Amino acid sequence: MFSGLMLNTWIAATAVAVIAGVTGFFAVLRGSTFAAHAIPNGAFAGAAGASLLGLNAFAGLAVFSVAGALGIAGLSRRSRPDVATALTFVMMLGIGALFVSWSTEYAQEAYSLLFGEVFGVSAGEVLPIVVLGAVSIVAIIVMFRPLMLSSAMPEVAEARGVSPRRMELAFLLVMALATSMTVPVVGALLMFSLMIGPAAAARSLTARPMLAMLLSVAIALITVWTGIAVSYQSNWPLGFFVGLMGAAFFLFARAYRVVARGLQAPPAA
Amino acid sequence: MLRYIFEPGFFGSGPVHVALAVGTVIAVTSAVVGVFTVIRGQSFAGHALGDLSTTGGSGAFLVGVNQFWGYLAFGAGAAAFMEMIGVQRRRGRDVATGVVLGAGLGLAALFLYLGTQYSSTTGASFTILFGSIFVITSSTVPALVTSALLSSLSPDIAAARGVPVRAVGAAFLMALAVSVALSAVIIGSVLSTALLIGPAATALRVAKGPVRAMAVAAGIGVAATWIGIVLAYDSFYWPPARRGWPVSFFVVTLIVGCYLVSYLRPQRERQDTAREAPDTEQVCSPA
Repeated sequence: MFSGLMLNTWIAATAVAVIAGVTGFFAVLRGSTFAAHAIPNGAFAGAAGASLLGLNAFAGLAVFSVAGALGIAGLSRRSRPDVATALTFVMMLGIGALFVSWSTEYAQEAYSLLFGEVFGVSAGEVLPIVVLGAVSIVAIIVMFRPLMLSSAMPEVAEARGVSPRRMELAFLLVMALATSMTVPVVGALLMFSLMIGPAAAARSLTARPMLAMLLSVAIALITVWTGIAVSYQSNWPLGFFVGLMGAAFFLFARAYRVVARGLQAPPAA
Repeated sequence: MLRYIFEPGFFGSGPVHVALAVGTVIAVTSAVVGVFTVIRGQSFAGHALGDLSTTGGSGAFLVGVNQFWGYLAFGAGAAAFMEMIGVQRRRGRDVATGVVLGAGLGLAALFLYLGTQYSSTTGASFTILFGSIFVITSSTVPALVTSALLSSLSPDIAAARGVPVRAVGAAFLMALAVSVALSAVIIGSVLSTALLIGPAATALRVAKGPVRAMAVAAGIGVAATWIGIVLAYDSFYWPPARRGWPVSFFVVTLIVGCYLVSYLRPQRERQDTAREAPDTEQVCSPA
């Protein structure tokens, strides 16, 4: 379970969990859950296009996830964010369907892009993920204060000269960056589950932002490590365990909050 | 002239007739439910329910039950679950949707894995995402029409006054689940999201009031579907693959194009906020 090839899996999965925990925390805080779903899934169209042109899948994923982030941010200027996300997303997938219909043998690759091939990570794939993870985390640390302000208190942020649109765009671009390298390894589905479940659970457990972010990373790490161990033993897909564990953590956190509140302030009888 | 638009054999083809009929029913239902979805800001739920009901489809396929019931049961179950854990604020609702969607897609991964072990259908995940409007059998049409009527009924109930907000939310989510589950099974989750959100969002920009918006949305949806089907039929000999371009690409492009065109018209919200300044209102009001 900790042999040479599996070691790559552990390193890559750890890096992915840290990226997902940090970006997911802001996605949940800002209410950009739909974008967190749309960008990784829609980026698959880029991989399909790249394989059609004979390019590296990373290039296609990067181009499409950045285009998706720009599309969502651009359309959001004059329409509701959820509508903007939905339309950008279906457009990307529509183009993806077209690319797939042009190529001849893509079905298997599409499957692996949606659900990931975490057990086949090669040493060459580990380095880009770790580097990219570091870049996205540095980017988030650099813009931590304005991002936090515009996520939690948009009006105050605007009054202090932080443009919410620019912040949204910057955040979506970081998400696109994090997505384009991690999707081929862990799959769009896993990236999404890892971003939302742990972050939502952490937000329910504590109101303090720094603590919630660290908790989100910790839960993401526990989820992914347990998931890999169980998946390795049972041969069932990793996405299944990660998806269910994310939801379970969220439900436990919500139940904990209800109980904690009940203890704090017993209803006046 | 017409021969250049409609390839020979278009009007005689059985699958085309069914595709046109089914596409129309779905486009109209999606328009009605979609207007409420956009007004309530639940696009994500609309998309997620489509994805989730396809999970139910693959689960039903696995245990050998009719897939239709799998779609419906999973869509309705997911809607109930979202409502149960969802906070009433919009942000909380999207997070609840995301958590349920993550869990559901995890199940889909498992079902597909188990399914491919037994039957080796590698294209399953692809069909689930993109569907295929040309492979519908005409026997599904009556069931579709019935459920379409059922699902568009409940927004009317929801619109009635004096109904508790929570119950309306739950009833609407159920209606959304039924409508989206049906369209996702037949035309795929991508096209179902496009038909649900695109025409309704466009209509709400150009029409006043929800009822007019529904009519406009239905018109846009039906037109996009028909033109998409005609183009997909025509594209059979188009380069580069000469196997036909996918219907979903045409329909999605038409719908998004329509929405972008509606940008040319000034926004209604801006008029409302500009009420203070009569000059801007003059400029902004549509001719």
